[in-house]
Amino acid sequence: MDINYTAVLPEIILSLVGISIMLLTPFVPRERQTHLGYLALAGIVLAFFGVAMGWGQTDLAFFEMIFQDDFGQFCKIFFLFVSTVILLISMNYLEQEKLFQGEFFALLLFATVGMLFMATSADLIMTFVGLEVLSISTYVLAGFKERERKSSEAAWKYFLLGAFSTAFLLYGIAFVYGATGSTKYLQIAEAIQASPDYSLILLVGVGLMLVGFGFKVALAPFHAWTPDVYEGAPIPIMALLAVASKGAALLALARILYQVLPDLSQQWQAILWPSAVLTMAIGNIAALTQSNIKRMLAYSSIAHAGYLLVGLTAHNSLGTQGILFYLVAYALMTLGALTVVQIVGRREEQHTTIEDYNGLGYRYPFLGIALSVFLISLAGIPATAGFMGKLFVFSAAVQSQMYGLVVIALVTSAIGIYYYLRVIVSMYMGEFKKEEIPITISMPMRIILTLMVLGTLYLGILPGILLNLAEEAASF
Amino acid sequence: MFGTELQLTLLLLIPGFGALVIAFVPSRKIHLLRGTSLFFTSITFLYSLLFFTHFDPGAETMQFVQKVPWLNVGVLHIHYHVGMDGISLFLVILTTFLMPLAILASWGIEKKVRPYMFFMLLLEVGMIGVFVSLDLILFYLFWETTLIPMYFLIGVWGGERRVYAAVKFFIYTMAGSLLMLAAILTLYFFNEAQNFDLVEITQRLSLNQIILPFPVELLLFLAFFLAFAIKVPLFPFHTWLPDAHVEAPTAASVILAGVLLKMGTYGLLRFCLPLFPRASAALAPAISLLAIVGIIYGALVALVQTDVKKLVAYSSVSHMGFVVLGIFAFNLQSIEGATFQMLSHGLSTGALFLLVGMLYDRRHTHLIQDFGGLAHVMPRLAALFMVIMLSSIGLPGLNGFVGEFLILQGTFLENAGRAAFAASGIVLSAIYMLWVYQRVFMGAVQNDQNRTLTDLNVRETVILVPIVLLVVWMGLYPGTFLRRMDTSVQKVVDRIEQVREPQIYRVEYRGH
Repeated sequence: MDINYTAVLPEIILSLVGISIMLLTPFVPRERQTHLGYLALAGIVLAFFGVAMGWGQTDLAFFEMIFQDDFGQFCKIFFLFVSTVILLISMNYLEQEKLFQGEFFALLLFATVGMLFMATSADLIMTFVGLEVLSISTYVLAGFKERERKSSEAAWKYFLLGAFSTAFLLYGIAFVYGATGSTKYLQIAEAIQASPDYSLILLVGVGLMLVGFGFKVALAPFHAWTPDVYEGAPIPIMALLAVASKGAALLALARILYQVLPDLSQQWQAILWPSAVLTMAIGNIAALTQSNIKRMLAYSSIAHAGYLLVGLTAHNSLGTQGILFYLVAYALMTLGALTVVQIVGRREEQHTTIEDYNGLGYRYPFLGIALSVFLISLAGIPATAGFMGKLFVFSAAVQSQMYGLVVIALVTSAIGIYYYLRVIVSMYMGEFKKEEIPITISMPMRIILTLMVLGTLYLGILPGILLNLAEEAASF
Repeated sequence: MFGTELQLTLLLLIPGFGALVIAFVPSRKIHLLRGTSLFFTSITFLYSLLFFTHFDPGAETMQFVQKVPWLNVGVLHIHYHVGMDGISLFLVILTTFLMPLAILASWGIEKKVRPYMFFMLLLEVGMIGVFVSLDLILFYLFWETTLIPMYFLIGVWGGERRVYAAVKFFIYTMAGSLLMLAAILTLYFFNEAQNFDLVEITQRLSLNQIILPFPVELLLFLAFFLAFAIKVPLFPFHTWLPDAHVEAPTAASVILAGVLLKMGTYGLLRFCLPLFPRASAALAPAISLLAIVGIIYGALVALVQTDVKKLVAYSSVSHMGFVVLGIFAFNLQSIEGATFQMLSHGLSTGALFLLVGMLYDRRHTHLIQDFGGLAHVMPRLAALFMVIMLSSIGLPGLNGFVGEFLILQGTFLENAGRAAFAASGIVLSAIYMLWVYQRVFMGAVQNDQNRTLTDLNVRETVILVPIVLLVVWMGLYPGTFLRRMDTSVQKVVDRIEQVREPQIYRVEYRGH
């Protein structure tokens, strides 16, 4: 029973920096508050070092509340990377919207802390705390443009439904505790293994927990909040919800299912299988008719949660690798696409319909090429990261002989291609309208986009390096 | 470089490098862009001829092979594995041969030349890649890679309904190939050696080291078959083709008809037959029926077209039906005929699209009624059109005859009824082709706009003459081509024979 601070060093650093940003905010002039973003950035960079210090160690740290393992390290690096990108996009966004509020960055850091805890938690209570830290920060962030009705609406919807879902999760945890007598992952697993005739209480508990996580991952039928909240939230926060929050919930769920409940795999597979089918079908079909690109990407993110769920349901090591790889690929392409959406949206996100992209490819070749690469990758066409991700995830399902699931996944991704192409069609084949406000692309945005385009293509052609990392991480 | 392991990879790299160079040429320098593309495609063509001269017709195995591990993670092992045999050799050369001609035919493109040329070169990489890949995943990768450039070529530089045609093309072909991906993965997990190596999987299948239960084989076959049938396109999966062809710019039509359709029949020959011989044999009657329906239906629809380009497009459906028919007759003549017909069709239909494009450049119409008596105004174009048309009909002495004759002969040995029905397609093709020739080129000039048309210029002559020469060569001396196909085709035939009951009236047939 020792604390082992290195296991939670990144979280400590991020929390301290977050708190100091909170404290500093009142003393910084309003229009300079965006500069606090650099402090947050420094915090994240330090947190990277924090992860590096604990690299390769395996331990059950912090009073057996935290796993320190390869899977956790991989997730930490992933979330820190995602937060970095979101932070950079946010700084650009806040500057553009003249939203000078330093709290934004503090909340972003707290949300990151929540994600890190979720991915490394070794105790259901810890998972719950991580989820709450993440959720509460994102409730506030979703409504950050408090003067705008859509943003407030998004925050309220997200908050009310989120509160419900957390209650489900907590109720589930209580049931599991009742059935097994512990909230610690390893002890629950032992208890389940010891008595193979599972009580109804345990199954109900697991079911309720799945509901709670399903809401955060936006799995059908718990996805209904997604389009409205994503559309109303500021674009960087949409990215946070679509990539980071979704990823954190999914990875926490993966750990629970694989590490705590492997003996119940038949039961949870029976629940996740139809949910994956529904998620992919609803996401892809509903995205077809969207005219707003934010809503379209919201439905697309639901569809991608479905593909991830295919890998999760497969329950083999290839599947775990596949999920980790897919999450990175998904993060690259979704963050990239949303960055372009934010740049094209301009002041107050006025230009977010697909028609606004007419002729964009010729007027702004850089944005056109970048968005095309991201969309082609989202559509899962070869030579991009998205294709490789799908390949691994679907192979895993084939390996587990879930042919039906794979065929449905492939059919729905074929449907999906249509709406991604629609945006490319309007960029390159649509008539260019006279624009009132020119688009400006700042240098940092240009660099981030270039890096993400290169990353998407690199992982599509040479996925080996990331996959090897994922292979190491996939062994719990 | 030739003689080293990299020789085939270099063939992919040359146009790839060309595409990269194009990306850095300033977009205003139209002539430089055209010149660069022409240069790189010509170099690729000349280089590909080395494979023709160095090809060993007697070799049983793949030639010019390179195999390096590409992805080795967990249970997934993907290789970069390329090679050629007698079937892919000519398809590669067909690709590299048509490419510079297509670039030359794109001189009329004046808007957005840089992305146009970029996509053309990227398309060439994809097409060559499809024909030389020996790893299933690599194949799938190149197969899909060809989609994107073609999608843009149709969608950006096409006619009025270009967006509709481009999206239809994309969705159709993509939907087919996704099921193929599922089949590839399933096949992978049936293979205990756990790789995607086509050569090895075929061998292990034939040695019964991989046991595919028949229902599984049937499903896998259908998944592959659907992807290829859409590409060919086999009736009733052909509906995307007329739209794509009519809207595509001339060069894209040439490549689409000349090479992209062949990817479908090549796939049948390379994957469906050797991997799933029992399923192929079991479904051959049904597929042949579809092919025959396609031959006759395509010809009849071509007959009533008022638009020349659409007529050529439907004639493709008919001619490609012959290829499928030949492949599923499972003997040396029929399959060799089918392979030969792929090349012939690539040349003659490619040339027909070029000619129609040249007419369009002058008159900005595809409607037959707008023409008439053009032979008086454009004697050279009319003469070349005549040769190509006759080759398409299958006149003895020109390339079309050899392929169709071998296919019909082989099919007759397999099943006389099929051959009889299919032969009617040749008669119909003579009717629609001669009739359209009559309406476009014969008679007196009716429309005043047609009186002032200019005949072929030097560039256009340079495009067409090589095709005409090759058409005659292939017709008079098909041995050059057939001899190199023998061994590879025989291997496919043997693979099928392995699982089929011997038939009574099969005549033993020895090469040329």
